[in-house]
Amino acid sequence: MATTTTAPIAEGTRSTLDRGPSGAAPAQRSGVATAACAARIEHVSKSFAGPAGQQLVLDDITLDVAPGEFVTLLGASGCGKSTLLNLVAGLDRPTTGDITTDGCPALMFQEHALFPWLTAGKNIELALKLRGVPKADRRDKAEELLELVRLKGAYGKRVHELSGGMRQRVAMARALAQESKLLLMDEPFAALDAITRDVLHDELTRIWRETQLSVLFVTHNVREAVRLAERVVLLSSRPGRVAREWTVGIPQPRRIEDTAVAELSVEITEELRGEIRRHGQH
Amino acid sequence: MASTEPRIEERADLAGLEAGLDALETRQRIRTPFRQTLVEKVLPPSVAVLLVLAVWQGLVSFKIVDDPTKLPAPSDVWDMVHQAWLQGELLGYIWTSVSRGLLGFCFALLIGTPLGLLVARVKFVRAAIGPILSGLQSLPSVAWVPPAVIWLGLNNTMMYAVILLGAVPSIANGLVSGVDQVSPIFLRAGRTLGATGLKGTWHIVLPAALPGYVAGLKQGWAFSWRSLMAAEIIASFPDLGVGLGQLLENGRNASDMAMVFEAILLILTVGIAIDLLIFSPLERWVLRSRGLLVKG
Repeated sequence: MATTTTAPIAEGTRSTLDRGPSGAAPAQRSGVATAACAARIEHVSKSFAGPAGQQLVLDDITLDVAPGEFVTLLGASGCGKSTLLNLVAGLDRPTTGDITTDGCPALMFQEHALFPWLTAGKNIELALKLRGVPKADRRDKAEELLELVRLKGAYGKRVHELSGGMRQRVAMARALAQESKLLLMDEPFAALDAITRDVLHDELTRIWRETQLSVLFVTHNVREAVRLAERVVLLSSRPGRVAREWTVGIPQPRRIEDTAVAELSVEITEELRGEIRRHGQH
Repeated sequence: MASTEPRIEERADLAGLEAGLDALETRQRIRTPFRQTLVEKVLPPSVAVLLVLAVWQGLVSFKIVDDPTKLPAPSDVWDMVHQAWLQGELLGYIWTSVSRGLLGFCFALLIGTPLGLLVARVKFVRAAIGPILSGLQSLPSVAWVPPAVIWLGLNNTMMYAVILLGAVPSIANGLVSGVDQVSPIFLRAGRTLGATGLKGTWHIVLPAALPGYVAGLKQGWAFSWRSLMAAEIIASFPDLGVGLGQLLENGRNASDMAMVFEAILLILTVGIAIDLLIFSPLERWVLRSRGLLVKG
């Protein structure tokens, strides 16, 4: 596993991060997750009321995320990847099927979703406060998390004073403040420019390895999916079904321009295009 | 371990890269020099006021309007103000009205805020009184003076009642529209952080709605001041103490146009001054801290 090679660094970071109450995020939903899984999605279907009656968005999805695993969900528009993430986050309920997670997951959006009335540091402190961290510890922990995303000194900055990439890193720090074992990411880098996105890929990989989080990352960018994940899950569209899975064996650290990343991306893109083509045949 | 060495190098490399990107993408804040503020913000309104005064003086000097009972000279009005100042009455007029206005406004704040929150958050309340509340805004508050006099008599309580009826709908509506405009992404983000129910209202909804609320306060003050002047003009009664509205009414009764102008100018000046000293800075601060105030 990639995490073992960085063990000295990982140890140091974890010990500082884990100082909070051991309960971590409050488990809000029923069902205790199996120890072997950060998230278990079992036969989940979701339909919404549409103009033509009930519309099936997700059809019988079964997917496990192992502790410390990085999984990307890949799919074209209409595959329900954001819907699935909302279900796992507990913001919505599945029509049928079960979702169990190990504690309450943290969620990052395409928009940074930072609160503009608070400074970068106070945004993180609010997350800590809502988790029940005592007031005396919050400031130090917030500074620590900002240092983890390499934004030391941004504590007092207002959200609008930060660049797009910096905002997403503060958002990442705020998500990490929840100390969940599972981080859900909904196309978090889609609105960034290519250079910043590339740097944030490196950054996310580093943080994932240091914190040993499980990550479920949604994207429509094949290269991004291959660059980041240990496992890529391709969803078909309308309704969303698991079409195929790939285990990515390319050792980290990877580059988005690596040949191995490119080769696998070509294979996955072909499959994705095939899925999309099926929808034009009616 | 041989494999860690390039990794450490790579980490330092990434840190440097990131620091460079951050530096490139962060804009430096530039403070506008004092002179520029003077030329851009203070000069234009001063010129406009001087122009109006010049036209006014011209109308009188060139005898275009040759009747002091219709249009007094600016100097006569100034004399009036000066006299009131020398007799120590000027501040008394202003204070009578301003203290009534601000106290009334504070009451309106205490009632309008929870009312607005209730309308914004409780579906039934919104359906029941939401339309009435926004409809009330278009009712001129002077309409409340006759019933208030009949119910409460000619006293200060009646003045406060009129202010309340004028300002509460503005404040409540401001809060309602503020809450309605809260971006759903903040609510979602708040919920994933565990801010639900009352916690969500306190930590997310209220601060997010602050710009709309402050706009409501600003309008609420304008309505308070207008309602108060209407009440003072209609219900002028010597025992109540002379405020600016009564001053205007006294001028009319004495057919003293200079006094009428004095009162109008004072009402205008005080209204603008309160807005400029309290509400505009508050609004600017709220918007600027969120990066919502774009410098033109």
